[in-house]
Amino acid sequence: MTGNNLIQIALIILFLPLLGFTVTLFLAKKVKKIFLFETFILIVSFILSVALVFFKLNYFSQTTFTGEVNWINLGSISIDLGVMVDNIAVLMIFVVSLISMLVHLFSIAYMHGDKRYNRYFAYLGIFTFSMNGIVFTHNILMMYIFWELVGLSSYLLIGFWFEKKSASDAGKKAFIVNRVGDLGFFSGILILFATYHTFTFDKIFHQISLGVIPFNSEFWLTVTGILIFAGAIGKSAQFPLHVWLPDAMEGPTPVSALIHAATMVAAGVYLIIRVFPILTGNALEFIAIIGALSAFIPATIAITQNDIKKVLAYSTVSQLGYMVMALGVGAYKFAFFHLVTHAFFKAALFLGSGSVIHAMHHEQDIRKMGGLRKKLPLTYATFLISTLAISGVPLTSGFLSKDGILAGTFAFGNLTGQWFFAFVGFLVALVTAFYMFRLVILTFHGEPRDKEKFDHAHESPFVMVMPLVVLATLSIFIWYTPNPFNPEQGWFLSKWVKAPTIVTPQDARYSFLKSDEIKPEANVPTVQNVPAQTTQEINGSEEEVTFSKTYTEAMEHAHIPAMMLSLGLAGIGILFAFMFYQWKKLDPDKLAEKINPLYKLSLNKWYFDEIYDATFVALTLGISKLFAWFDNYIIDGIVNGSAALTKQVSNFSGKFDNIVVDGVVNGAAYLSGIVGLMFRRLQTGKVQTYIVLVVFSLVIILFIFKSF
Amino acid sequence: MTQIGLNHFLFVSTVLFCLGIFGIITRKNAVMVLMGIELILNSANINFIAFAKYGNFGYQGQIMALFVIILAAAEAAIALAIVLNIYKTFSTVNVDEIDTMKD
Repeated sequence: MTGNNLIQIALIILFLPLLGFTVTLFLAKKVKKIFLFETFILIVSFILSVALVFFKLNYFSQTTFTGEVNWINLGSISIDLGVMVDNIAVLMIFVVSLISMLVHLFSIAYMHGDKRYNRYFAYLGIFTFSMNGIVFTHNILMMYIFWELVGLSSYLLIGFWFEKKSASDAGKKAFIVNRVGDLGFFSGILILFATYHTFTFDKIFHQISLGVIPFNSEFWLTVTGILIFAGAIGKSAQFPLHVWLPDAMEGPTPVSALIHAATMVAAGVYLIIRVFPILTGNALEFIAIIGALSAFIPATIAITQNDIKKVLAYSTVSQLGYMVMALGVGAYKFAFFHLVTHAFFKAALFLGSGSVIHAMHHEQDIRKMGGLRKKLPLTYATFLISTLAISGVPLTSGFLSKDGILAGTFAFGNLTGQWFFAFVGFLVALVTAFYMFRLVILTFHGEPRDKEKFDHAHESPFVMVMPLVVLATLSIFIWYTPNPFNPEQGWFLSKWVKAPTIVTPQDARYSFLKSDEIKPEANVPTVQNVPAQTTQEINGSEEEVTFSKTYTEAMEHAHIPAMMLSLGLAGIGILFAFMFYQWKKLDPDKLAEKINPLYKLSLNKWYFDEIYDATFVALTLGISKLFAWFDNYIIDGIVNGSAALTKQVSNFSGKFDNIVVDGVVNGAAYLSGIVGLMFRRLQTGKVQTYIVLVVFSLVIILFIFKSF
Repeated sequence: MTQIGLNHFLFVSTVLFCLGIFGIITRKNAVMVLMGIELILNSANINFIAFAKYGNFGYQGQIMALFVIILAAAEAAIALAIVLNIYKTFSTVNVDEIDTMKD
């Protein structure tokens, strides 16, 4: 097993789902069971990714493999296509393949009887292909291409039941809102390309570490970072572009689990992880602020929502906000850690909600549920474990990753004096625990509120329960670290995920990320143009110290207090949820009466949709109307005017043709006619006339020749 | 009494020729036109004989005249056949009225 083999496996994993998509789409109508082929492809792809993860992490955990092909060569500019296999990529591909495979299995039962059953699986195939592309790419251009492809598959799957107006609207909304972010992303890519003439991450990092920055100003480097982050704002549904994600719940529930909870929305976070080395201190601070707002606002909205999937959607936005905030404050490793753990438990939650919805015959309102614990024991158990994980209860994976993030914000506050992020982080932890347990209690505990539907409910079939069990199992701490209270001791963070080398100029960084205390030799790989399928091994040094020791130490110091505090807050949140909804000691309705404005604000989702309707949508419509008027009157006027002018000119030229030109032609014909008539007289047709002429001519000839 | 010489013969033949031409041009009846042609042929015969007598040509002139007489007989036969056909086609032998060549 060499690097070359790993690259080959990666390419196979990348392209298998594309094969599945093509075959399934074209045979969708002809072969009824073609979805089994697509599912089979995903199982193969998952097995391969297990192999890839195993070999990469066991034997080559210090090495990054790159395989690239020269795609376009324009003189001094060459654009490469390539894959990069590093630890983060293989871990991410494992997450994507596993969840995608489980969602395929889950969908077999969940989507059973749908009239576009096979097409649904084809769409899942193209999504998996695009997501693999995002994970494996080694340059930002390919990242952008696959970025748009996941956007497309998301659009197709949100609007899968397009007969429903709300579903097709939600699809359009997701697509358009994402465009806004992608505009920024693309501008950022263009700035990078204009400066470095390459799209490859390593080459860009290398040049920045040599001091080459856009427009020779750190300000522009910050701007570039923020522009690229704008893509993540759109894709990861961060404030203020988070509005599309709750609407995206119109899609089938397994799709919500795969795309809008576990993988695609995490692509934004993955993008920031990839470009992390070029982000300046100011850009990181901006990212942290956006992340904090995205963590807080949706969490408050989730408290009052009654649609089971909407609650989960807002909690997804909130958790993604956590990850983004973690990256913003420099807790790089924990951001990725939370991405992975969140992918598992949020997929479990969504698939669990899918199981509930399936059992309740497509009832999504939690006010009509209740007591389902007895009817759906396995779903309840897995849902509960995942809820514990997202609430940050010990012994779960969520506890580990969330605590890391909270410790990161704590350390950040300690070092810079900005306690805002820590405050938001802990507050959101409290709120999250509250609304997640509200969801669990209203759905599974208490008495059934819709007796008829409750009686018909039954546990889901094996293919639906099995993914739930797998995902819930992965939400337990043991997979990540042997010590349930200290993730740093686990193999995940100590061996596999390494903080990257930051390449931005020293004075553009956070003060605590300056490399004064870092080893001077920056370990930046140089990548030359190499032919296809050759790999490049980039040896990382054993003690790759990229973050300053102060930050690492601060995080270690912050670990215990952060853990205690978050544990206490989660406990309070859970306690309140039980008080309100289980034991009915407190009445939520009365509380809502008391703080009516706040309640209304939360219930109406902070009026984001209304505000956007009143501003951006109205503005766009106004501008469109203006343009329509301009088009109708000015442009059409010019067009019609020129048409009328042309008509007049041709009228004139037609007349000219008829009178003058035809006159000349006919006149000439008439003239020759007259002449002909004149000469016609000579030709009498009478023999005697000709003889006279002959004799006469003879006489004349004789007269002429007489003189000779 | 002057000696009858070549000029007299030529004069007679010229008169005959002119009468023939005149007949061809002025007569309306096709048969009369044919007769004009005969006059012209005979004027030519007189010229042959005259030149044979006064010139030193041997008998060539007389032989040529004999040829012309035979030719005239053949021509008369063919021409009369043509006239008959003209009559069949147009129901007339008046050459003035036969002007279909005009169109």
